[in-house]
Amino acid sequence: MQIKFEHIQSAHCENGVTTNLLRYSGMAKITEPLAFGIGSGLFYIQIPFLKVNNAPAFSYRIMPGLIFKRTCKSLGIAVERKKFSSPEKAEAFLMQCLDAGQPVGCQVGVYYLTYFPKEYRFHFNAHNLIVYGKENGNYLISDPVMETVTSLSPYELQRVRFAKGALAPRGQLYFPKEKTNVTDDDIRKAIVKGIKRNTRDMLHIPAGVVGIKGIRHTAKKILKWREKLGVKTAGSYLAQLVRMQEEIGTGGGGFRFIYAAFLQQAYGFIPKEELLKVSEQFTKAGDVWRSSAVQAAGIFKGRITSENDFRQMSGYLLEVAEIEKEAFKSLEKIKW
Amino acid sequence: MKKSEIPQDKSLLVGFTREVDYAVDESGRYTSGLSTGWEVKSSALDIAWDDIHHRVNDAKEKVLRGEASPVLFFMELKLMDPGILSAYTGFWQWQVKRHMKASVFKKLPEKKLQKYADLFEIKLEELKNPFSK
Repeated sequence: MQIKFEHIQSAHCENGVTTNLLRYSGMAKITEPLAFGIGSGLFYIQIPFLKVNNAPAFSYRIMPGLIFKRTCKSLGIAVERKKFSSPEKAEAFLMQCLDAGQPVGCQVGVYYLTYFPKEYRFHFNAHNLIVYGKENGNYLISDPVMETVTSLSPYELQRVRFAKGALAPRGQLYFPKEKTNVTDDDIRKAIVKGIKRNTRDMLHIPAGVVGIKGIRHTAKKILKWREKLGVKTAGSYLAQLVRMQEEIGTGGGGFRFIYAAFLQQAYGFIPKEELLKVSEQFTKAGDVWRSSAVQAAGIFKGRITSENDFRQMSGYLLEVAEIEKEAFKSLEKIKW
Repeated sequence: MKKSEIPQDKSLLVGFTREVDYAVDESGRYTSGLSTGWEVKSSALDIAWDDIHHRVNDAKEKVLRGEASPVLFFMELKLMDPGILSAYTGFWQWQVKRHMKASVFKKLPEKKLQKYADLFEIKLEELKNPFSK
């Protein structure tokens, strides 16, 4: 049994699942950048006290689940979302959906995801994929970060849907409830809402570890790491920063390029020149983030390890904080 | 980043997939392109795995010195922590930490050991004696 489902690869899993499910439900104009921008996905946080893989928890995007939730809400699309108390109930419901011709988004953990390279299979439970059919006993998988479709046996799918640990999925699945009838005007409204909310998140959340303040917070920390932790551990922390910025799924520059693309696409719906100007600033921000990653690599490879090199690393983050602050302020000033 | 600059370095994704990057074309318009990898982030991933191998080795030596139980070793090997062990086995975290003591581990009944063996996907024998030839 197979649903006529189009697999489109994207940079980021939650963007891709949102885009592909919305396309399936009839919204032809949705793209990854639009979903990301309408969902106000751009963010920065260095979560205090929490360690992930023995290094600080950095994130360049908003909390998992919010892009899909916010995008559907802004576009007026009702969503079905369920968690399950048992793998059997989870599979039964999945089969019901597939039999009714409904592909579903699933939250999964990647540790037991057999089609991923072993080196990427950490205990990370906020990955998203789409199940769109069952053939020869195996589930057909459209994982947005993969170039082609893949498949998982029922046991393999159960293991990833019921992975344990932080953010455990508990079989969570979700999909748009009805065929959509989204107009260009709906998209315009959603774009404006998305931009306003993203501006708020990056400029105005009163917490020092979040948004622009968060980038500066990390910049300050970097200056202390070398003395406090030694070059090796400081290097490991920088490697973590680079991985969160560039590894499977940000489209480059910690999602900043996707956001720049969103602003260009937003211009197609709301032709205000400022959107194109600010898009260029986010391209610049993404480029500076990538330069910082090159600097970080020099440090964690042990090639450049002086205090000055750490100061330069910190300097990149301060530079990017300034660029993004001005960019969001420009967005704030737009008269819609 | 320009489309022509999308990195095509070797990475551990080769043979599995290429990734999507967003970049501008010559006229400054955003487009997306495929990347086989970027050396900068490949080396970041290498660092993460180096750290893991160090932790695994440290755990192995602790076990060989009798300072910890095989639970510690396999936990590090499987990239887990006491929270994850607790979530999968059903033991409380404080119990997991006790089980990581060599003296406590020796006295654990097979029923409890089997939970760890199942989680670590090894035989009971290997859990009890991970380093015997």
